[in-house]
Amino acid sequence: MAVVLLRSSLTNLFPGLERRIEVSAATVLAAINEIESQRPGFRARVCDSTPAIRTHIRIFVDAELAALGTELGENSQVEIIPAISGG
Amino acid sequence: MTSVMLLIGTKKGAFVLQSDSARDKWDISPPLCEHWPVNHANYDPATKSIVAAAGSPWFGHAIWRSSDMGATWTHSSAGLEYPEGEAPVTAAWNVTPANGALYAGVDPAGLFKSTDGGETWSELRGLRDAPGREFWNPGGAGLILHTIVPNPTDPAKMLIAISSAGVYATEDAGETWEPRNSGIRMSFMPEELQKTAIAGNCCHRLVMSPDDPDVLFQQNHEGQYRSSDAGRTWTEVSAGLPSDFGFATAAHPHVAGTYYVAPLTGADVGRYMPGGEAAIWRTRDFGDTWERKTQGLPSKNAYMSVLRGAMDVDTLDQAGVYFGAANGTVYGSTDDGESWREIVTGLPGISSVEAVVLA
Repeated sequence: MAVVLLRSSLTNLFPGLERRIEVSAATVLAAINEIESQRPGFRARVCDSTPAIRTHIRIFVDAELAALGTELGENSQVEIIPAISGG
Repeated sequence: MTSVMLLIGTKKGAFVLQSDSARDKWDISPPLCEHWPVNHANYDPATKSIVAAAGSPWFGHAIWRSSDMGATWTHSSAGLEYPEGEAPVTAAWNVTPANGALYAGVDPAGLFKSTDGGETWSELRGLRDAPGREFWNPGGAGLILHTIVPNPTDPAKMLIAISSAGVYATEDAGETWEPRNSGIRMSFMPEELQKTAIAGNCCHRLVMSPDDPDVLFQQNHEGQYRSSDAGRTWTEVSAGLPSDFGFATAAHPHVAGTYYVAPLTGADVGRYMPGGEAAIWRTRDFGDTWERKTQGLPSKNAYMSVLRGAMDVDTLDQAGVYFGAANGTVYGSTDDGESWREIVTGLPGISSVEAVVLA
């Protein structure tokens, strides 16, 4: 199982959503969709309708910058990180 | 007991201000909607819910909803999207109840409808075929559909306003739309297009007269205008004001012909209150003449802006008039704008003010 790590600014939008979620997904997009199936609306907070990862969101797989199509290994660690931009 | 609620949209969340009908003391909520920029907060009487149109730089756009007066919230953008491959929605800018439904305006400009209290949305695609779209251009805030004006007597009729596009009307519940911009200046367009373009001007705010839905008033990027034919033709009424530029306006809820504006220095020279002297200007004759109202407002160093959605009125017999400045201060008047007082200061930059009377 791959593991998805979420930051609190994202989990705060979905009360009860854990910051560490195990998924059985082959790609980043599949992992996002798996969480979406548990918490409808999750995908729209991370991806736009293009579909593309939102401008101020970065997704890393095993510490390397990833795209929606990036493949996951059995023990991959996916981190979804909002940018530190803002004012 | 009758109470008044001010719904404030800011750059860092929504705020709910509540008072009794005297409107002397206000309870002020903490920031709501997880600190998202809220472009417009409103009240849906059909579901007795507060709704908020928002767009987060990180997490995208959504309509937030609270059915317990702001204590708890949910958010949804289900269906509030353009099809895959198109430029995506970046933010929701307006949410307005009408005919038992909710309508939302977004950037890039589009209009959506929800019949389940904001849980799911569908696009009113007729606006895609509206004449004059070739003249639409994104303004400083984007190509934003920021104003929705339902018709109080005919549910098939609705007016909308889009920055750098203008006013559009439907009379068939959104199936078709027509531009209503005749008489509006737009010097930022090429000279030939200024004479011929049927859209492309920059309406900042559009309001309706309380006794006649065909009588309208708008604060435009270039001028203040009135219309007596549902926007088919417009007459400029900027004479007597210190500037033709501004964003916000409001119509008195009971007295036809009384409008309020907050003129700002021009589009290219700061966009703040002229001379740093805060003033709201009032007309009681549809814009023929204007009165400068300053009592209770700061008289110096007040380089404030008042943005497009940041002025409103309540509907009590002695109506309240309110505006929120982009510096985070909310002012109110309970004597038709003769005098003003500060309700709260120190909020994040204010995008919208909506006044709601609750029985």
